[in-house]
Amino acid sequence: MEQYKISFPHIGKNHIPVKKVMETLVGEYGEVILAPPITKRTIELGAKHSPEFVCVPFKYTMGNFIEALEAGANVLFQIGGDCRLGFYSEVQEEILREDLGFNFTFHMLKITGGNAKGVYDCFKDMNPKLTMPKAAAALALCVRTIYAMDGVERYIRENIGFELEDGALEAIEKEFLKEIEKADSVLQIGGIYKRTMKKLEAVPINKPADAIKIGVVGELYVLMEPFSNYFIEKELAKFGVQVTRFITASYLIFSPQHNVKKILSQAEGYCEYEIGADGTDSVGKSVVFAKEGYDGILHLKPFGCTPEINSIPIVQRVSEDYEIPVLYFSFDSQTSETGVKTRLEAFYDMIQMKKGGKLV
Amino acid sequence: MQKIKIGIPKALLYFKYRVMWLSFFDALGCDVVVSPDTNKAILDMGVNSSIDESCTSAKIYSGHVEWLIKYGKCDYIFVPRVVSYPDGDITCTKFHGLYDICRATFPNVKWLHYNIDYAEKHTTWQAYKKLGTGLGAKPDVVSEAYHNAIKALHNYEADLQRKQEEVLKKDGLKVLIVAHPYNIYDKVIGEPIVKTLQELGVNVLYADVPDTDAMCARSEALSTSVYWRYNKELIGAVDMYKYDVDGIIFLATFPCGPDSLAIELLVRKIKDIPRTTLIADSNFGEAGIQTRIESFIDILEAKKKGAMSGNGAI
Repeated sequence: MEQYKISFPHIGKNHIPVKKVMETLVGEYGEVILAPPITKRTIELGAKHSPEFVCVPFKYTMGNFIEALEAGANVLFQIGGDCRLGFYSEVQEEILREDLGFNFTFHMLKITGGNAKGVYDCFKDMNPKLTMPKAAAALALCVRTIYAMDGVERYIRENIGFELEDGALEAIEKEFLKEIEKADSVLQIGGIYKRTMKKLEAVPINKPADAIKIGVVGELYVLMEPFSNYFIEKELAKFGVQVTRFITASYLIFSPQHNVKKILSQAEGYCEYEIGADGTDSVGKSVVFAKEGYDGILHLKPFGCTPEINSIPIVQRVSEDYEIPVLYFSFDSQTSETGVKTRLEAFYDMIQMKKGGKLV
Repeated sequence: MQKIKIGIPKALLYFKYRVMWLSFFDALGCDVVVSPDTNKAILDMGVNSSIDESCTSAKIYSGHVEWLIKYGKCDYIFVPRVVSYPDGDITCTKFHGLYDICRATFPNVKWLHYNIDYAEKHTTWQAYKKLGTGLGAKPDVVSEAYHNAIKALHNYEADLQRKQEEVLKKDGLKVLIVAHPYNIYDKVIGEPIVKTLQELGVNVLYADVPDTDAMCARSEALSTSVYWRYNKELIGAVDMYKYDVDGIIFLATFPCGPDSLAIELLVRKIKDIPRTTLIADSNFGEAGIQTRIESFIDILEAKKKGAMSGNGAI
């Protein structure tokens, strides 16, 4: 019998926990074939075989699928969402099968709000030996791993701009990821996380009390896949900036804070209703950053992302009311890296001048 | 007492629900001002008051709202919010955010709105009840106005369907236009296309005309996972008419989210019928469109005469 060779698109470093959970779920009946890391070829391939003005996550994930199929995958997973994302699957499957002639099974999993039952049923079909307790344990491990990774990333994002020795924090993260890849119990991951956080906190940093703080909001894919946003958070941190972002995998999939009521209360006065997918959250979190005295906001989205386009005129209102500068980026497969850096630099200069009282 | 004057932008859902809205507001004794057909000035206002990347149809809407603010002399501007339908299908997220976008874009305007979102148990009747009583009408008046408005809309749609049936029986080339009503019936976006087709003697059928509930159910023949109500209506109509027409024109505005994928899928599924896709933006030129439509019709005619074989996709 042919083995299942499972693959899925990349988003940041989340392939680590996802690979692990899928390996357990499929058991002896298959293996996970990671899509090759995203390169220029990935997005070029993806863009070539995608509708022209579809949003860029479609093109990146399309590129991942093609490269994964080339590497021998025969079972593909895509996630579903509330905007165009939920319709990606049918069109991507059609293109991969009809245009490119690949042979594979395609699964779409709706994961927002947690869909443990859907995941279980899907893998039970592949692995008859799968049991509920086994699946639950694997999922728990996955959840714990995602939380640990997000925790480590958060600390690094907020402090990397101020480390005395360049690369010290990232070296620890690299070590952490290696350890966590091998870990196979929740307890183990807890231990690794605690040790890593201690190591991170021991790295000398020189963060002034009035360090420039910038919050990042926007669409989840370009926020969480650094390749698609030209590593913008790192570029920003290099100026000596504390970067904060609420939108992470753990927040989106598991957090009780991620609910309509809470988000609408944060966006009060700006959104009477939800404005689509995560657009409302971009408004809500912009207000949170403004109220907490952040010096600026980055708003990131793929070109043509309707929910985030909806959020922009409203975020502009927040920006006026609280006098907080916002820089908007729209990413496509053709975005110029130099353009991103230049705009970021100008934004930083402006904030610095504003903070120094030189700009009124 | 002075009548309440309500401004309605002639864009987006106006083209779907105008008969219902006008009947309802009239029965409540309100005056209604509808903005004029889209023109250069309205288009310019829309482009200037919108985010660059907003879809052209939403930019046009914004232009109509601004026209009403400047020239409408109305007490309220009506911006409805429609999110989900009884069977769980949703609208494009543009319709979810439109009301809040208008509030952020044009401060200090008095807005009138309703919220239809079946997934959150906000039904059409509740939406109209709140709207009507909010305007000071008595509940029984609102109820009667609502039921008459629905009847008026049904009659109007049934009439359109009968007329389309007649067109279907005609000889000569038949072309199905697959487009959201707010695009194909817009003066600047859709009208030049229809005019060109009619001048060429082509019988034009509209995918938005057949019974929308039936079309949504039928859409499953071509797409199993689409969840946008307004795209399902069109997809079902494509399935229904595909063997009755000589060609299909897909029309979308740039950069429409749902259409970017739905049209892609349809173009792949409908392989045996000549088809073309027109993407309109705020610089949509009549001359360019005319040329493309003429050459498309040339192909259809040649194919009909048997001079060409193949599937004729362009």
